[in-house]
Formats: sequence, structure tokens, C-alpha cells
Amino acid sequence: MMVDAYKDAGGDDVFSDSDVAHIVLERDKVLGTNSVEGLEVDVKKQKTGMVAVKVTILENYKISNPVHMCFGVLPEKGKQVIDMEVEVEKNASVEIMADCVFPNATEVVHEMEADIIVHEGGSYLYEENHFHGDDGGVKVLAKSNIELKKESEFKTIFNLRKGRIGEIEFDYESVVEDNAVLEMIARMQGYADDKIKIREAGDLVGKGSRGYLETKIALQDQAEAEVLNELTALADGAKGHVDCTEIIKDEAIARAVPIVDVRDPGAKVTHEAAIGSVDSTQLQTLMARGLDEEDATDVIVQGMLNS
Amino acid sequence: MTKRKVLEVNNLNLVLDKTKILKDFSFDLNEGEVFAVIGPNGCGKSSLAYTLMGLNGYQENSGEIKLNGEKINGLATNKIAQKGMTLAWQEPARYEGVTVRKFLSLGLESQGKEVNEKELAEALEEVAIVPSKYLNRKIDDTLSGGERKRIELASILLMEPDVVILDEPDSGVDVVALNNISQVIEDFREKGTGVILITHNEEMLQMADRSVLVCNGEILKRGAPEDISRYFKFECVPCEDENYQEHLEVSSLG
Repeated sequence: MMVDAYKDAGGDDVFSDSDVAHIVLERDKVLGTNSVEGLEVDVKKQKTGMVAVKVTILENYKISNPVHMCFGVLPEKGKQVIDMEVEVEKNASVEIMADCVFPNATEVVHEMEADIIVHEGGSYLYEENHFHGDDGGVKVLAKSNIELKKESEFKTIFNLRKGRIGEIEFDYESVVEDNAVLEMIARMQGYADDKIKIREAGDLVGKGSRGYLETKIALQDQAEAEVLNELTALADGAKGHVDCTEIIKDEAIARAVPIVDVRDPGAKVTHEAAIGSVDSTQLQTLMARGLDEEDATDVIVQGMLNS
Repeated sequence: MTKRKVLEVNNLNLVLDKTKILKDFSFDLNEGEVFAVIGPNGCGKSSLAYTLMGLNGYQENSGEIKLNGEKINGLATNKIAQKGMTLAWQEPARYEGVTVRKFLSLGLESQGKEVNEKELAEALEEVAIVPSKYLNRKIDDTLSGGERKRIELASILLMEPDVVILDEPDSGVDVVALNNISQVIEDFREKGTGVILITHNEEMLQMADRSVLVCNGEILKRGAPEDISRYFKFECVPCEDENYQEHLEVSSLG
């Protein structure tokens, strides 16, 4: 049922493939799991209604196919609370595609708290795709603590693929050790009274560590967004960049606060933040190709969100 | 054979911030004709282009614009484009995340035409861009100004407009790109598209069938390109015309 809802929303059909590891959770019900060699998955339902998920990628294993996690709430009302623990052992690598499906939500809460550790030389890519309904009745609360050991890599990408945001609140914190690389990318579009609150923070504590935080948001109607991107560089050779772009129209409100904190003369962090309406030359060029203002704006916004 | 008039502009006036930008501007354009508009910076050439295209903030105060015999005053830019007139900007926009393929397809889709991969490739080849290398590239900072100019021209070639306004197609491009743009203007001419060519470039000006010299928002002189060019070079600068002096005074105020 969950997978059907996910497929109806445009997701790929991967859950019947035995070579693809997956976890399917609807509220606190475990609808399916599949593992592959080198990957350990432990799912436990707690009495509180919370589901604890522990994922371990064993040392030196490179998981060839992306691991699919399908989370969601199918009824109009409901709550899903997930406590996630991810450990990528030394020189292991994995890509996780997390698909979060709330197609009928009018009063749904999805809470996720994750502790992620990527050991030396490990690599972890987490792509989270959300498929929401059109009512905006979803509240997504996500909190992550990320620990990147030396020469490891971590990348997270958030995309809203369908429907309205509703309310989203992200709070991600990370510590990046020697020559490790942190990359966090979030792209979303808010309508009506959607509310977006993002806090992403990276402490570049290791020599030669790297951090990149990118947020792209398009807002219209009365939607609101607040983005706090924070990079602190504490070691020689640490480098980072913070990039926040928000396009607004109608009565939407956008706030962006890039915080760049450098505490070592051999480190460098740059930032770029831009909030404004759609660029008039872009808009007028497309209108001169025959597109009306709404279609032209959509091309520009989708381009920005997909770049 | 008499050529069809594709554009008629009669007594066009534009006032912005209490300053007269265009004054009684009149001209017409035939199918397949190249009509050059030259003049010093700030004389109103680009404002003419924007007014003809009905861009926001450039609505004429009086005068008449007829495209293929139909009055288009007050129409939105996209409606004017759908009726057959479009504009290539002096500085083409960058589009984060939009591929060359998507950009080329947009004009066709807005006309209800099917997007044909072969036609997209042919349009790019016409502007000396290798389709296999560019169709999936994004129209962003990774493309040079000259490349974006040529891609914009390819998108216009696909639209097959009756009138195209080229706002300084020669600015910021290298010699190779310039030759290519000249060839595209010839292609427009052959296809019967009327071209309004806004330029400072001598070589480009010589491609025109007719030309006008614009000063302080009005047409100062009409004639063959070589005559207009000679006048502009030898008698216009330094300018003692009262129009230009008035323009300088207005510029210095602002």
C-alpha cells in the first residue's frame, strides 16, 4: 500500500528487486525490509510508537545499489516518529534514497531524529525525496547529528517532489574532521501558508576539512522561510562555502542568515545569499518567446530548484 | 514584387520619469528587410526595442504599432511574441538549471508546435554550436556571453518570427561569433523575417537595407547605411545638435 502510494506519486519501482536493500515503514508498522551483503538493518518498534532503525554498513563494503527507505503516513491524520542510527564503517560506502510519502495528509506529523557517523574513508549519500498531498497538512521535523571522521564524505540532498510543503523544520549539526567533506543541499518550493525553517551547521574542526551548505527556496502566496546556515572553520586549510538563494512573490516572506565563523588564519569560508523576485531579464526573455508570466516564472523557479 | 509590410510604427512616444525617451518615432519594416537603428549610447535605441515588445515599464504614451496590419499597442509581451515579433537581448539572461534543449523548446511549445530533436540540432548548427556538446548544458555561467547570444538566436530561428529585434548582437562577441551572427541575419532575411538591427558595428550596419540615426529619442536622419554611417562618424561626433546637447543635460541631471 505504501509502495503503491509512493509509485503513484512518481517514485521508482525498486521494492521487488532482491538486489536492492530497502525498508518500508507506514507510521510505526514495518511493512517490509530487505538487506544485502555488507549492510545490516535492524528495525525495532518501541512501545511509545517510535520506530528505531539502525543501519550499519560494514567495513570496506561498497553497497552497489542505492538503499531505499520508504517512510510515510497514509491516512489523513497520524504521526510517525523514527529514531535513526546510521554507522558507515571504515572505507565503506552507501547511497540512501529516502522517499517520504504523505499523499492524503491533513494533520500528519513526521519526526525523525538521526545520529550519523561516517568513519575514516567512508562515504554516505542521503537523498531525501518528499511526496506530499496538496492540503499542506504535513509537519516534518528532522534533527540530525552528523560526525564525519577523517577523509570521509557525507552528502545530503532534500527535494520536495510533489505537493505542498506544509511545515518543515530541519536542524542539522555536524562535526567534520581532517580532510572530510560535508555537503548539505536543500531545495523546496512553498505555497499558501507553508512554513520552512532550516538550520544547518557545520564545524570544520579538522585540517583540510571541507563544508558546503546550499539552500534554494521559491516562495509564493503567504509562505514563509527562515534559513540559518552556519559554517565554523577551526583548523588550518579548512574551507567552506554557504549559498542561499530565495525567490519570492506575492506576500511571501524569506529570511536568510548565513553565519561564517573562521578561527584559524589558514582557513577560509565564503558565503552568498540572495533574496528577491524573479529576475526581470530572465522573465521578459521567456515572455518574448511566447510564455505567459506564470509559465515563465515556473521555468525559472524549477530551473533554480533543479540546478 | 512588392514586399509585405510586417511592422508599422507611427508617431511613437515614450516618457519615463518625466523624460521624453522616444519622440514621434515612425518607421516601417518589410518582410525580409534589415532595418538598422544606430545612435550614441543612451539615445533610446534599446527603449525602442522594449517599447515595441511591450515590456513592463515601457508602455508607450502615444502612437501606433502595427504587426502584420494588426494594432498591438497594449498587448503583453508574450502575446506580441505569439503574433510574430520577438527580441534578442544585448546581454542574454543566464538560467540556472535550464538546459539548452529546454530553452530552445520553450518558444516552439508556446506556439503549440511539436519539439523535434532534429530541428533543435539544426538551429544550433545554424549558429555554429555543436548540438551534441551543448543540448544538455545549462544556460548558466559556464557559457560565454557569445555562446548565450548564439543560443538565443537559435531559439528565435526556431520560432520563425515575422519580425525580430536584435539589440546590439555584436556587443561582447569575438570575430568568429560576429561572422556567425552576420550569417544568421542573412538567414533571417532569406526566410522573410524582418530584422530591426540595433548596432554600433560598422560591418553589421552595412548589412542593412535601410537605416536611421537616432539622437535623443528621435530619428535625426534616414538613409542608406553608408550615408548614415558617414554622417554619424564625421558629422555627429562631437555633436553640436541641440537634441544631443539637451540629451547631455538630461543625462547629467540623472
